Amino acid sequence: MLRVTISFIAGLLFGLGLVIGGMANPAKVQNFLDVFGTFDPSLAFVMGGALVVTFFGYRFAFRHPSPLSGEPFHLPTATELEPRLIIGPALFGVGWGLSGFCPGPAITSLSLMATGTLVFVAAMLAGIGLARFTLQKHAPKRLEARGGKV
Amino acid sequence: MAEVTPFTPIASTIGGAIIGLAAVLLMLFNGRIAGISGILARLFPPYAGSDMAGAAAFIAGLILAPICYSIASGAPVAQTVSSNMVLMAVAGLLVGFGTVYGGGCTSGHGVCGLARLSRRSLVATVVFMVAGFATVFIVRHLIAD
Repeated sequence: MLRVTISFIAGLLFGLGLVIGGMANPAKVQNFLDVFGTFDPSLAFVMGGALVVTFFGYRFAFRHPSPLSGEPFHLPTATELEPRLIIGPALFGVGWGLSGFCPGPAITSLSLMATGTLVFVAAMLAGIGLARFTLQKHAPKRLEARGGKV
Repeated sequence: MAEVTPFTPIASTIGGAIIGLAAVLLMLFNGRIAGISGILARLFPPYAGSDMAGAAAFIAGLILAPICYSIASGAPVAQTVSSNMVLMAVAGLLVGFGTVYGGGCTSGHGVCGLARLSRRSLVATVVFMVAGFATVFIVRHLIAD
């Protein structure tokens, strides 16, 4: 119960951070990516603020032998650089630039009900399902090693 | 011509810090990375050890956030979303497939991974940033002009 409650609170805070930081607006994200046009550097400040808090907060969290809910830490174990780390992010970056949406802001925007958001999220979920299927076929060990988490 | 958005360094830093707080809470209590694409992927099979209930609760919180914000501030959340449905469908497919195939998105690689000083996340973040900058440059300055 604690685990699910914390997950909900973390999701709510994450969404509020996106909204307050202006990242629920795809126009603002695309303007960050438009250095030679209507440039708006705000996204760098969102990432900077998030990174500083997470960097120090993680160090505090990792001082504990295990998470406070009693669960083990679920951390990625892979360390090698592989083609997947170029191909995936390259495809993602193109979609991000075209729409101004990455997964967090797209899901947060669902309750604002723009038709473009609904179409984007439906297609994104299809893409996620397709990637899960592809990974299960070609790299099933990776899925198992991470407890089913990609 | 693209819509101009005001530069909001203070609100964006505060928003970012709140995102960081969410990521730390999730790690400190549940031992999980706050990567949205990874959390979404956990809504799909296989479910073994994936804490689907936690993933669903996180997503519910994300969706409710704009409603809570509007109630608390009395202001609607302003956004401009493209109405080009073909473009949004193609972009959604690319974002969904690319983030899960590449093991993370802006939050999983760009925030949590970089905070763990992961070399893999650094590579992924540089690649999706460069691809994003290049895409907007091509669409707005090479095709549109």
